[in-house]
Amino acid sequence: MSVLVFIEADNGVIKKSSLEAVAYGSKLGEVTAVAMGSIDASELASVGKYGASKVLHCSDDRLNDGVISATAKLIAEAANQAGTETVIMSRSSLVDAVAARVAIKMGASVVANVQELPDTSNGFVVKRGVFTGKAFAYVEVPEGKKVLTVTKNVVPLEESGSEATVEEISVAFDDADFGVKRVGVHKQEGDILLPEADLVVSAGRGMKGPENWQMIEDLASTLGAATACSKPVSDMDWRPHHEHVGQTGIKVAPQLYIAVGISGAIQHLAGVNSSKVIVAINKDPEAPFFKAADYGVVGDAFEVVPKLIEALKNNQN
Amino acid sequence: MKILVCISHVPDTTTKIKFADNKLDTNGVQFIIGPYDDFALARAVEIKEATGGTVTVLNVGEADTEPSIRKALAIGADNAVRVNAVPTDSLFVAQQIVEHAKSENYDMILMGRESSDYNSGLVHGLVGELMGWPSIAPAMKLEVDGSTAKLSREIEGGHEDVEVAMPFVAGCQEPIAEWKIPNMRGIMMARKKPLQVVEPVGVDGVTTYKTFELPEEKGECKMVDAGQMDELVGLLKNEARVL
Repeated sequence: MSVLVFIEADNGVIKKSSLEAVAYGSKLGEVTAVAMGSIDASELASVGKYGASKVLHCSDDRLNDGVISATAKLIAEAANQAGTETVIMSRSSLVDAVAARVAIKMGASVVANVQELPDTSNGFVVKRGVFTGKAFAYVEVPEGKKVLTVTKNVVPLEESGSEATVEEISVAFDDADFGVKRVGVHKQEGDILLPEADLVVSAGRGMKGPENWQMIEDLASTLGAATACSKPVSDMDWRPHHEHVGQTGIKVAPQLYIAVGISGAIQHLAGVNSSKVIVAINKDPEAPFFKAADYGVVGDAFEVVPKLIEALKNNQN
Repeated sequence: MKILVCISHVPDTTTKIKFADNKLDTNGVQFIIGPYDDFALARAVEIKEATGGTVTVLNVGEADTEPSIRKALAIGADNAVRVNAVPTDSLFVAQQIVEHAKSENYDMILMGRESSDYNSGLVHGLVGELMGWPSIAPAMKLEVDGSTAKLSREIEGGHEDVEVAMPFVAGCQEPIAEWKIPNMRGIMMARKKPLQVVEPVGVDGVTTYKTFELPEEKGECKMVDAGQMDELVGLLKNEARVL
C-alpha cells in the first residue's frame, strides 16, 4: 500500500506533528509527502528520516496564505499523481478545514481525530476521540480510498531512513480555488503554539485579573511552555480566545499541563485530559481539578507560583 | 438573506458519559442544541434581524430531537426540516444537508465548527465541497456587506480575516454571537412554525461505529506541600519524567 502524507511547516521548519504523520504513514506503507509554500528543499528532504521516500512540493506563492480550497485541490491531485488511496494528515487549523474537501475530491471515506495506528486484522478499524475527550470509539472504515486526520503524539518519532527526493508538483488551480481572500492576519509571532506545545501553563479566575498574568508568563518562559487559560478568563477578555482550553476551545495533549487557579469544571477537563501529566495548583482543597490531576498543590497561586519558578531555576542551574 | 443553520442534538456539556449495550447511556442525560451550532444559530438570527430574510434550521435526527428543533424556532428561526435518521457519520449527515440545500438557493449555510458528541468537525467542509462552495472554519466573526461576507477564522496562535462572496459554508464558534435564550413569545410562536420531516437519502462510503470505551481512570493525585516546590520539581523530573 502507498500512503500520501500532507506536511506543514511553521516559520520554514516542518512541524513535529507533521513528522509524526509521516511516521504513522510509514507504518502503513510507502510514504510520499506533499508540502506547499516557502520551505527549503533541504528541510523538505529531511522528512525522509521519518519514512518518506519522496516529497511533492507545490511552491506556488498563493498557497502561503493557507487557502482551504486550493490546499484541498493540491492534496487530492498529489494523491492522484502518486497513485495513493490513503491520505494521512496531522490535525491543525488548516487540516481540520481541508480534510473533508480532500475526501470529496478523491471519493474517499474520511475519519477525523484518529488516536492510534489502525487495526487491520479484520478490515480497517481506527480508534478516535469522541464526546470531547470523554470517550473513545472504534470505527470501521470501508474498503477503498481513505482520508485520516491524526492527533498529536499519535506515534513516537524515531529517525531511521535517509533523505527524501523532492519534486515540484504543478496543479491547475482556477480562480474558485482562491475564492476566500485573506485580508489580514493577527498572530503573535515567536510564541510557542499551544496545540503543538509539549509543556503548557494554564491559569484561571484564581489569578483575579489580567494584570497578574506576568507570573504565569514567567513560569511558562522558565519552562519553555505555552500559555493557556480557562473559558471564563477568555470570556472576560483577560486573555485572547486562542488560549482558551476546554470543551469549546482548544484541546491540548502536552507532556505536562500545569493548571493554576482553575477549579477544574468538567468542560475544562474535556480539553486537557489527553495530557500525560497534570499538576493542579489551587487554594481550594475541594477543587475538582485535584481528582483529575497527578500532582496537586493546595495554596495561594501568588505564593506558590514564584516558589515554583525559583525551584525550576535552581533545578536548571 | 436566506440562511440555513444545521444543528446537532447532543448531551449537555456537563454530562458524565457512560455506555450501555455499546451505545451512549442516555438515562438521566439532558440533551441540548450543540453548543457551537447554538452560536451559528444566534448569529444567523442577528443577521436576519438586521438585513431581513429567513432562517431555516435543519437537523438530522429521530423524533426525540424535536425539542431542540422547537427551541431553535423559539430563538428565531422561521421554519425547520428534520431528516428522519440517526446521524452516525459525517458524510451521511452532509449528504442529507446537500439533498435539502441544493434546490433552495441559500446565501449561506452555517453550523458549529463540530458537534460536541462525535467531534469530527467535517460536515462544513463536506457540504462546501459537495455544493461547490467555499467553506470557512472555525469562524469567530461574520459580517455581511452586500454580497460579500467578512469572516474571522481562528488559526494557531491567532486569527485571520477573510472575505468571501456568497454563497458559502461556515463552521462557527464563539465569540461569533452571544447565545440566545428563547422568550415566552418566541416559545408560543415556535409551536406554529412549520417543521417538515423528510426521509434520508442513501449514502455510500460511510464509516461504522463498532465499540466505545472510556479513558483509563487517573490514579490518586499526589499532594505536595505549598512550601515544597523543590519536591514538586523533583517529582516531575524523576518520577513523571516530563522535565
